[in-house]
Amino acid sequence: MATQTVTLAGDTDWPGFRSEARALLARQVPPEEVVWHTRASAAGDLFASLETQRPVVGHGSASAVVPPAFVRLCETVVLHADPARFGMLYRLLWRLVHEPGLRYDPLDAERVRVQHMAQAVRREMHKMKAFVRFRPIAQGDGLPPLHVAWFDPEHHIVEAVAPFFVRRFTQMHWAILTPQRSARWFPSDDGIEDLAGGRLDIGPGARREDAPPADAGEALWLTYYEHIFNPARLKLAMMQKEMPRRYWQNLPEAALISPLAAEAMARSGRMIDAAPTAPARRIVPLQPMTASAHHEPGTSGVDALSADPADALGQLKRATNRCRECPIGEHATQSVFGEGPIGAVLMVVGEQPGDQEDLRGRPFVGPAGQLFDRAIADLGWPRDALYVTNAVKHFKYELRGKRRIHKTPTQREAAACLHWLESEMAQVRPRAVLALGATAARSVLGRPVAVMQERGQWQTGPRGEQVLVALHPSALLRGDPAQRDEAYAAWLEDLSKATSLVQGEVHEAVPR
Amino acid sequence: MNTQRKLAILADAAKYDASCASSGTRSRNSVGGRGIGSTEGSGICHSYAPDGRCISLLKILLTNFCQYDCLYCVNRVTSNVPRARFTVDEVVQLTLDFYRRNCIEGLFLSSGIIQSPDYTMEQVVEVARVLREVHDFRGYIHLKTIPEASPELLQKAGRYADRLSINVELPTVQGLETLAPEKDGAAIRRSMARLRVHIDDAKDAQREAAKTRVMSMPQASARRAPAPVFAPAGQSTQMIVGADATDDRTILSASAQLYGAYRLRRVYYSAFSPIPDASSSLPLAAPPMVREHRLYQADWLMRFYGFAHDEIVPAAADGSTGMLSLDVDPKLAWALAHRERFPVDLDTAPREMLLRVPGLGVKAVERLLVARRVRRVRSDDLARLHVPLKKVLPFVQLVDHRPGRALDAGDLASRFRAAPVQASLFST
Repeated sequence: MATQTVTLAGDTDWPGFRSEARALLARQVPPEEVVWHTRASAAGDLFASLETQRPVVGHGSASAVVPPAFVRLCETVVLHADPARFGMLYRLLWRLVHEPGLRYDPLDAERVRVQHMAQAVRREMHKMKAFVRFRPIAQGDGLPPLHVAWFDPEHHIVEAVAPFFVRRFTQMHWAILTPQRSARWFPSDDGIEDLAGGRLDIGPGARREDAPPADAGEALWLTYYEHIFNPARLKLAMMQKEMPRRYWQNLPEAALISPLAAEAMARSGRMIDAAPTAPARRIVPLQPMTASAHHEPGTSGVDALSADPADALGQLKRATNRCRECPIGEHATQSVFGEGPIGAVLMVVGEQPGDQEDLRGRPFVGPAGQLFDRAIADLGWPRDALYVTNAVKHFKYELRGKRRIHKTPTQREAAACLHWLESEMAQVRPRAVLALGATAARSVLGRPVAVMQERGQWQTGPRGEQVLVALHPSALLRGDPAQRDEAYAAWLEDLSKATSLVQGEVHEAVPR
Repeated sequence: MNTQRKLAILADAAKYDASCASSGTRSRNSVGGRGIGSTEGSGICHSYAPDGRCISLLKILLTNFCQYDCLYCVNRVTSNVPRARFTVDEVVQLTLDFYRRNCIEGLFLSSGIIQSPDYTMEQVVEVARVLREVHDFRGYIHLKTIPEASPELLQKAGRYADRLSINVELPTVQGLETLAPEKDGAAIRRSMARLRVHIDDAKDAQREAAKTRVMSMPQASARRAPAPVFAPAGQSTQMIVGADATDDRTILSASAQLYGAYRLRRVYYSAFSPIPDASSSLPLAAPPMVREHRLYQADWLMRFYGFAHDEIVPAAADGSTGMLSLDVDPKLAWALAHRERFPVDLDTAPREMLLRVPGLGVKAVERLLVARRVRRVRSDDLARLHVPLKKVLPFVQLVDHRPGRALDAGDLASRFRAAPVQASLFST
């Protein structure tokens, strides 16, 4: 029945498999009629040598178009130890070409089986990266030590994993010995360079005895292993799931597992039974740290404000951080207090800090703040004539997935925050106030404000101060993109009512 | 004191920290360098302790002397444990030696607070600096930062480390005030915010650098100057569970805030573990390991399955205790409490709903979505997906399967209660 025998050069002969499979496909040889061998397995098969080799025709002439993922899958599965792997892969290739629906069906039984083989190979490659352990051998003559490891992989993975060790240990002279193959890395300086400035040799297998025995440095590692284990959490089954016994022969610490496990129950029992000892304080505690670390929960406000406005603002800033008069402070990172010169011409009041302001602890640094910066640049306002702050000092938000979405503070929350704004105004003593948005306007003017109606007009605040109302920049960001330019121009127009005030101050200040 | 003894003491001091990951950083290797080390995206567990936890990093304290008196901590100033202190060079040599033996992926360095937060942080950063600059070490470095340390030191730490972490320690501010009087919850949050800003800024700079075209000059290499890197594997934190009376609903809410506000890569939950020489004001019960496991599962639901933090544990108003069920996993518990949403038709349901079917993982859902374009899903297909059929079938509808009355059966919940199986908590 079987009419074709293909003998590949070796267990990991992916290029060979690829070109043979392509040729077989070109000649329409169905998978049932092909027997696959590798040179190693063929030697043990009496009949293999009796079969006539198929004539070499059509190499590379077939155009079997398969998804790139399938090529990667084959590259991995070829490394599997199962002698049937080549046959399975060819059959899958055959089916991919002849059953167009197959490539869209990840639940096909044969595909799933091959996927599992690939998974087994990948897992073994991962375990090799994890469980290879090097031991140094002194080479004398001022040469750096040679690091040698023994490993016994289940699949044909040594060549595939060796480049990983080259990348990791480029400057180290090392060798990994396994029963089938050995990999040796010579880091440069012998003149032969082919990879990363050194030479990688893949040679025949070795014996376990060829690898060096334990050394003193390993004792440190055992000490670490013994002490990083928490006896109150013994979970041997979990450990074995990730580190099956098969690998233990390579791992010096594996010898500690049984004694540590046996002792664990007794150790944690003793720990629980032991009466607490009298506390010993051999080193002095730190001095109390920042003021914010030691506060009475629920209190806020400032007992006695400093006479110097700059100090007073600092005091207020720290006090707002502790404020819990409404619930929004609890989930914020920090309070965001105003910034700018004392006696500023114009105090700009926004609604509340947003995500970026909350993280950075500074007002007007997020997208809305950047739009405001653009506006004052367009208007030619000097930044240092402004004191910028918010009506509400903490960021109020709602979690949506992993995003913090701004939520408008309630009237009650804004009212609770009002005394901070008033104290701030009392210290800064601005010539006039620019209120951006409804929340700010309400706080500053002490009454509900219809922003669309009152924008761009000077109002008088409850303490007689001049107040200009305008839209909040975030309203422009949220608005209809088609009308963005128009809205921005209108907003600039509103803001410009304060231009003479702001620039007038500059002109007054310059001559002196 | 010799290195071996110090290592014993300082590994003992570090074993209560749950964090172990060494993944998620940018890939690099030692080709063309002077030293050793590589990272290739996913971390490698080089060994496993008998407690089932992965050992991928050399996890130690620089010193376990500490001036703080956090009641849950074995290294608190009033504890009578033996004390030791490594020199910078000792930690560097240990890291390099273990790395050359291929025992570890890198270093996870933490420290007790000595002299001052800045002094301590400086020492921790110095270890990372020497590894990177003197030895050209390109393996993974995770530094535990001290929240009270200066912003400049935090910034320096981010240049050398792959990951930075700051432990919130306890899920609530009140808990922290009671059990860790010297720790400042607000400072911890401010530090996390600062790290997020640095990480975001570095990423933006990298994106910008990638966009600018490289101008090749004759005889000049076409390499662009690398954008500054800041903790490419992001930041993480840990909270201790079971040292105070906080319920799971509050814990998950705290985690959700942390993920949302600071883009943490991970929140680690560490079941409060009996420690030697424990303070008398702490519970001495065996650690609630299943509880910790359930919290990790719930955390997973928030990060990968589209669950909101407040729907995993019902609110107290609904007669809930605020705790996750110890018998069944949180996804199954949710499904049992929302049977009106089931059965889900695997051939037509949207991805979001497939992700809510007990027993279906993210990978299985992706495969189902691909497969159902060409075929209708049958129970044999599910079996090949290696999903737990016993768990899945009562909640799904297939061409050849209808759960029928099983979904309404009063004993449905009890059928899942036998022998809870713990999946791996700490694989990379």
